[in-house]
Parts: sequence; C-alpha cells; structure tokens
Amino acid sequence: MISMNTSVDWARLRTDFPILNQQVHGKPLVYFDNAATSQKPRSVIDALTHYYERDNANVHRGIHELSNRSTTAFEAARTRAARFINARSADEIIFTRGTTEGINLVAAAWGAQNLKPGDVILLTELEHHSNLVPWQMIARRTGAKVAYIPVTGDEGTLDLTRLDALLTSQVKILSLVHISNSMGTVNPVQEICARARSRGIVTLVDGAQSAGHLPVDVQAIGCDFFAFSGHKICGPTGIGVLWGRQEILDAMPPYQGGGEMILSVGYQKTEYKPSPHRFEAGTPDISGPIGLHAAMDYLDAIGREKIWQHDQQLANYAYEQLGALKNIRMFGPKVNRAGLVSFLLKDVHAHDVVTLADQGGVALRGGHHCTQPLMHKLGVESTARASFYFYNTPAEVDVFITVIKEIQKFFAA
Amino acid sequence: MFDDINDLYQQVILDHCKKPRNFHELPQCSCSAQGFNPLCGDNLKLFLTLEGDVIKDAGFVGSGCCISKASASLLTENVKGKTRAEAEQMFERVRELVTTGKTTGDVGKLAVFAGVYKYPARVKCAILSWHALIGALKGQAAPVSTENEQT
Ligand SMILES: Cc1ncc(COP(=O)(O)O)c(C=O)c1O
Repeated sequence: MISMNTSVDWARLRTDFPILNQQVHGKPLVYFDNAATSQKPRSVIDALTHYYERDNANVHRGIHELSNRSTTAFEAARTRAARFINARSADEIIFTRGTTEGINLVAAAWGAQNLKPGDVILLTELEHHSNLVPWQMIARRTGAKVAYIPVTGDEGTLDLTRLDALLTSQVKILSLVHISNSMGTVNPVQEICARARSRGIVTLVDGAQSAGHLPVDVQAIGCDFFAFSGHKICGPTGIGVLWGRQEILDAMPPYQGGGEMILSVGYQKTEYKPSPHRFEAGTPDISGPIGLHAAMDYLDAIGREKIWQHDQQLANYAYEQLGALKNIRMFGPKVNRAGLVSFLLKDVHAHDVVTLADQGGVALRGGHHCTQPLMHKLGVESTARASFYFYNTPAEVDVFITVIKEIQKFFAA
Repeated sequence: MFDDINDLYQQVILDHCKKPRNFHELPQCSCSAQGFNPLCGDNLKLFLTLEGDVIKDAGFVGSGCCISKASASLLTENVKGKTRAEAEQMFERVRELVTTGKTTGDVGKLAVFAGVYKYPARVKCAILSWHALIGALKGQAAPVSTENEQT
C-alpha cells in the first residue's frame, strides 16, 4: 500500500461525487475509466441545475434580466477558462463541443486558408483519431500530405531524434497530443513546440488528457492552439475549449456561418465578428460553459499539481504490481507516466478482461482507444486500460489487481 | 469472484476458445468470408467446402475474444453435414438465442450461448461467425461486420 499526499483530504473529495457511492454487480464501484470521461462533483451538477432553474435564456440577444444573467455567466466562464490555461485574454477562448471539434475547427478554417499542394501536416504516431482524421480530410482537400513523428515501441514514447529531420520547410503545422490516452506518455510539448516555432511552424496541442490533470500554461508551452474537453475534467459533456493565439485567430476565416458570429449581414455579403464570436455560430451550449466553470473552480481549489502527483502515484503503484505478474504485456513509458496503465494478458482478449473486471465492480476500457494506427504499429488489436483520477484510491488499485489475478486464473483453469 | 458470469463463459465456451476446433484454412474450399469487427478487433475468416447442397467441411482462422472464437469453433462443428437451407435456419435460431436467450427448435451444443443476451455488448461477438457463414454461402466478397447493425 502507498500513502498519498496528506495535505489534501482525498476521502472527503470523493464524497463530492454522488455517482461513486454505488454497487455494480453487487460490488463497490471502482471507476477506472477516467480517460474516457470523468465523473462530476456535486458543485457542477448544482451549477447546471441552478442555471436551468433560475437563469436560462439565450445569450447575447435579449436585453431582459434573464438574458443578462445567462450572458454574464457564459462570458464569465470564458474568462475563467482563459485563467485555467493562462491565456492572455478571454478573446482567445473559443467554446466548442470538445477536443474533437476544436481540432476540426483548426483543420477546416486554418487549414483551408493556409495549406496548399506539397505542404506537410506533421503529426505523431500516438494520435487519437480526432487528431488524425480531420487532418487527413483537409489534406485530401488541399493536396497537403500528412507525416508522422514515429513511436519507439511498447513504451509509447516519441523518437525525437528524428524531429529535426522531419521539421522540413514543407511542414506548415505540427499537431500533437500532450498526454497519450492509450499509452500514458507525457510528451515534452514545450521543447517540441519551441523547435517547430523556430522554423515558423504553427503548433496545436491536444490537451484532452492533460488539461484536468496537471497545471497547463499555454504561453509556457509556446503552442499556437490548445484544445480540451470539459467532460474529461469534471465538467459536462458537449462543451470544450479551443484556445488560439490572438494574431492567428484574427487572420482565420470562420468555421461555420450563422447567428452570433456576424457584425452585419446582407443578401450578398456579410461582415464577421472578431474572435472568439466569429467561431461560435448559432445558439451555443450555454449550460456547458457554466458547468465547466464550476469544474475548473473545483479542480483549482484542490490544485492540479497535487492532482498530478496523486494520479502518477496511483499509476506507478498499479504499473509496478501489474508488471510483476506473469503473462502480461505492459504498454506505455516506465518513467514519467500519466495516470493510466495499459496492458494485455497473454491469451486473454481485452474485451474478456473488461467483461470480467466489470463483474468485480471494476470499470475498465478495452479496445483500440481511438488509436487504431498505433495499435497496428504495435501489432495488437487492443489493450485493456485502467485510468485514474484524484477520487480514486490505492485501495481501489488493490481491488483492481486482485481482479486481474482472478481473471488470469479464470482463463488458465 | 466470477460465479455470476458462468452463464456467459460456460465451460464449453472456455474449452472451445482455448482449443478451437477446425482452426485452419481449407485451401480447396468452395467459398469463404471474412467477419471483422474493427472496433473490438474480432477478425476471422470462415471456409466452407460444399458438395452439391451439403456443407462437407468447415474451418476458420483469425483472432478475437473468447466468445467470438468459441462461437466460430462451435459453428464449424455444427454446420458440417448440413444443407444450405439447414445452415441458414440454424443461423436464425442462433440469432434468436443470443439476442433473447430463447429459441424455437433444437440448437444442440450451441445452447451454451443462451446467456449472451444478458451482456448486450457481447452479442456482436457471438454472432459474428454466423454472419460470416451467411456471407460465405451468398458468395459475398466484402467482410461482414456485426458492430453497427442490430444483430
Ligand atoms: C488524447 C485525446 N484526444 C482527443 C480526444 C477526443 O475528445 P472528445 O471525444 O471529448 O472530443 C480524446 C478523448 O477520448 C483523447 O483522449
């Protein structure tokens, strides 16, 4: 058993999450699927309820009291999001449906304007489908090509010795994941972005797995775009944030057209609002940012450096114990891993592991984790994954390890 | 710990997934079809040798979860000696069995799949090889999948 940082009352925090207090198949729920989505604390649920019970109205349109209130709350969330990732200004915060939409926005709007035949979009072999498919789509439309920074092997780390050779003058944008959702790799994004930037290459960081788990400072990272999802950081589903550097956003064409994003509309010609409203056509998700605001407050009241330490401790503990088992293949880095473990049991398919673990009350994920090309590269179809958050405990890791040992026995017998 | 789940992982199923029967290609086969569920990675190829209207031999290769492998293994045993029409009828019975837990008519050893319907996420695994069977009999070239449709 390990001991966690005692400056935080982790057990009390756990009671803020009503959903965690339940039994599944007669066993206490052990929720280890946090990389897919996180659970929501009472304060986030209450913020949503309060909004719908007291303040609901469309934003930026009405001049009545409720519309004022909802507009104020909506824009306060934008300001809060800017502070959450240390953006220079709230005008650099675009609300999206999530990481996926953020990347699609950049690929479609920035890509259509800036990519031409022969240009290269540089990605990594670790990417989630949401940071692959939008680029393949815009590459097909513009004649640009997609190239990849290679992964070294089961450890899931990038081969950065190849980086300088890959950063050719054809590369126009580099888009990469901060923390890999299937391997737990933490990429040195600050160093990589600096090297790309010195060659005039635009950079995007996929922060889906990082934003709620460690302190994020987009100015320190030195990227041009940063995307994350609310639902993975204790916020509601359906809301996310795309941060973009002001100068780049100002030069970008709109993504979608409609209400909210215009200054004036004629039958032939329309003038667009500046960022961020230019990129937010139509009635937005209003409760989403309000719930996300509560989530960001909640996380920062704990402190993301403490959350990071806690997640890493749990992951290291789980990794050590799993790694000591026979007939197991471990994935992801041995050092500096994020809060998840990815593995395969010999002769047991990941889906059988997940079905059986579920019977033990343990919620895992099995599959390709939306990183199919990476799975192919490693020669596997899927892995089983346990992903942690601050409300998880070492005792839950012990339950998980016991369950995995039982699964091995079940299939060996 | 896993007492409740024996209705899914019956002994016969565990046995067939660990030691699949007819687990080989049939180089002289009359027809074959691929079953592929890209989301979970279940991927198998089914081979049939027909004499007239009768399935004389069946084999399969591939990889996947325990349920999909056992299902393919038991399928190959089951359909040998059946006519096309009988095999198609068996497909209907198995489909009913894995989606409802009940079936009209005899399914022999395949009755071990009666518990699958309680695990909705796994129905697609149990039925994949059977869709491949229908694909092979119809001479379908494209791989069949059971991930996006109602089984
Ligand atoms: C690394 C990474 N990128 C992108 C995404 C996509 O996030 P969303 O589905 O919330 O848009 C995820 C979530 O699964 C992820 O883990």
